[in-house]
Amino acid sequence: MKKVLAAVNPGNENPSQTRMRRRMKIIFRDRYLYLLALPGLFFFLLFKYIPMWGLVIAFQNYSPYVGILNSDWVGLEHFARFFSNSDFYILLRNTLAISFMNLLFFFPAPIILSIMMNEVRQVVLKRLIQTVIYFPHFLSWVIIAGISFIMLGQSEGVINSILSLFGMEKIPFLTSSSLFWPMLTLQNIWKDAGWGTVIFLAAISGIDPTLYEAAKMDGASKLKQIWHVTLPGIGNVILVLLILKLGDVMDVGFEQVFLMGSAAVSNVADVFDTYVYRNGVLNGEFSYTASVGLFKSIVGLIMVMGANKLAKMFGQDGLY
Amino acid sequence: MIKDSIPEKIFGRVNVLLLILLSLVMVFPLYYVFSISLTDPREYLKGGIILYPRGLTWDNYEYLFSTPLFIRSIGISAFLAIVGTTLGLIVTSSLAYTLSRKRLLGRKIILLLILITILFHPGIIPNYLLIRELGLMNSLWSLILPALSSGWNVFLMKSFFDSIPASLEEAAVIDGCNDMHVWWRIILPLSLPALATFGLFFAVAYWNVFFNAVLYINDFKKWPLQLVLRQMLIDSNTSAGGGNILEEGQMVNPQSIKMAAVIIATIPIMMVYPFLQKHFAKGVMVGSVKE
Repeated sequence: MKKVLAAVNPGNENPSQTRMRRRMKIIFRDRYLYLLALPGLFFFLLFKYIPMWGLVIAFQNYSPYVGILNSDWVGLEHFARFFSNSDFYILLRNTLAISFMNLLFFFPAPIILSIMMNEVRQVVLKRLIQTVIYFPHFLSWVIIAGISFIMLGQSEGVINSILSLFGMEKIPFLTSSSLFWPMLTLQNIWKDAGWGTVIFLAAISGIDPTLYEAAKMDGASKLKQIWHVTLPGIGNVILVLLILKLGDVMDVGFEQVFLMGSAAVSNVADVFDTYVYRNGVLNGEFSYTASVGLFKSIVGLIMVMGANKLAKMFGQDGLY
Repeated sequence: MIKDSIPEKIFGRVNVLLLILLSLVMVFPLYYVFSISLTDPREYLKGGIILYPRGLTWDNYEYLFSTPLFIRSIGISAFLAIVGTTLGLIVTSSLAYTLSRKRLLGRKIILLLILITILFHPGIIPNYLLIRELGLMNSLWSLILPALSSGWNVFLMKSFFDSIPASLEEAAVIDGCNDMHVWWRIILPLSLPALATFGLFFAVAYWNVFFNAVLYINDFKKWPLQLVLRQMLIDSNTSAGGGNILEEGQMVNPQSIKMAAVIIATIPIMMVYPFLQKHFAKGVMVGSVKE
């Protein structure tokens, strides 16, 4: 490359200077384009990168009065305190349990649903079903919580009213520790299983229809077609979404758990984010809770990168 | 085309039946909330399942619309949705458009830096401290600014702008337009349908903002709708925050009023929903997974 440049510019400037000048020229030519990007770049710097830098307080005894630059460094003290705390195991257990419940029951729901929807031939009916099952995705968690209380409540809830109508015992959906995790999973399914089909339906519509014809010729039944044509056809999309989900394994929706948790279920409803909120934002233990957050983020990063690598090892495209 | 065999016909029928059943299960909670919201509170207290509004009345809605805190919170949420959506679209689309131009020097590095923000989140505390340091606590800007853009939104919009051919802007440049003119006068008007879709998603997100409001807004006079709603639904008999939320001396809000509030918070979403849905199939989501 250098040789080429030298050949093109026989003057006495050295090649790196020439390249510099050429770059400046390009940047000057595109100056309005850079100007256009400026607000967005500033946004990412301020609201995404400065908080990353702010994570240094996890290694300090940060005090808002002296600021980040003047706070004392304490190394890994906060991490040691967190890992030796018995809270840690409860938080980890709750977070992982909720995540794996979601992975096991919520993640496959839109896949199954989209395969079922794909088999519906009546266009109007299909539209109608889509309209209904997409809608809850756009509701806030506060609304979902309100609806859940009225559906699942002990004294006034619909389901319990029906149960008692048939002389059956009422089920304490909202106040029982053992039902709390399944209840969250159910809420997730109600809210987002429908919406999740958007992406799978799009992927299914991209499958070559002649594959189905060929399978039919060979006498494959509907179920066999689904197994041998549809599922492999959307395999990569499933994989990419699974990678993303694995990256979120430490992130169980704060809003959902925060709204549904109560004193009765606090033992199973405390997750990393609620713990950070309580001890950090409410009690001002910023450095300690920043280290909890950092731990969470690092595990998330390792999970998503590991899953991506694994996907590539299996010959799939992966996320990036 | 080979004709369906009899087992396949049965399969189809059962499938449709299951899906219809499922849709009914999905829609029932909303219908139920709606019928309670139109039920006379005294009728509601008699108990039982309310499959249709009993003692049909608009009183619950009238009551809500006569409480200043509720009205104000609707105004605040509407303000967030309008201002946030407008600014969010400008910030995100301008950056996404620049990154879609392949001639841009440093484009790869910027894209990588944005991908990193998708993979790594610093967590609650650094964001909280940033807002505090910026002096935005108890300001509505603390809800607008941090949500103006995101890595996903930039990548989604970029993949849309990728499909606009460079020849289009070249023609404009020859006519003496600079890149900012091209973006404003040519690219944005051309992308209006896509922008409208993104805008609706922005608006729904701002309307639903909750977590950031819990973190940053302590002054209950500045609460957006979702916080007021939560106070009504969950804490209505504790006195955290703004005391009894609706009226002095009233211990618990009747269920029917709570449900009317849920419906009011849902209506704007129902109103934009048909427009949102029009664009679902157009592949806004499709290019998004792979980047």
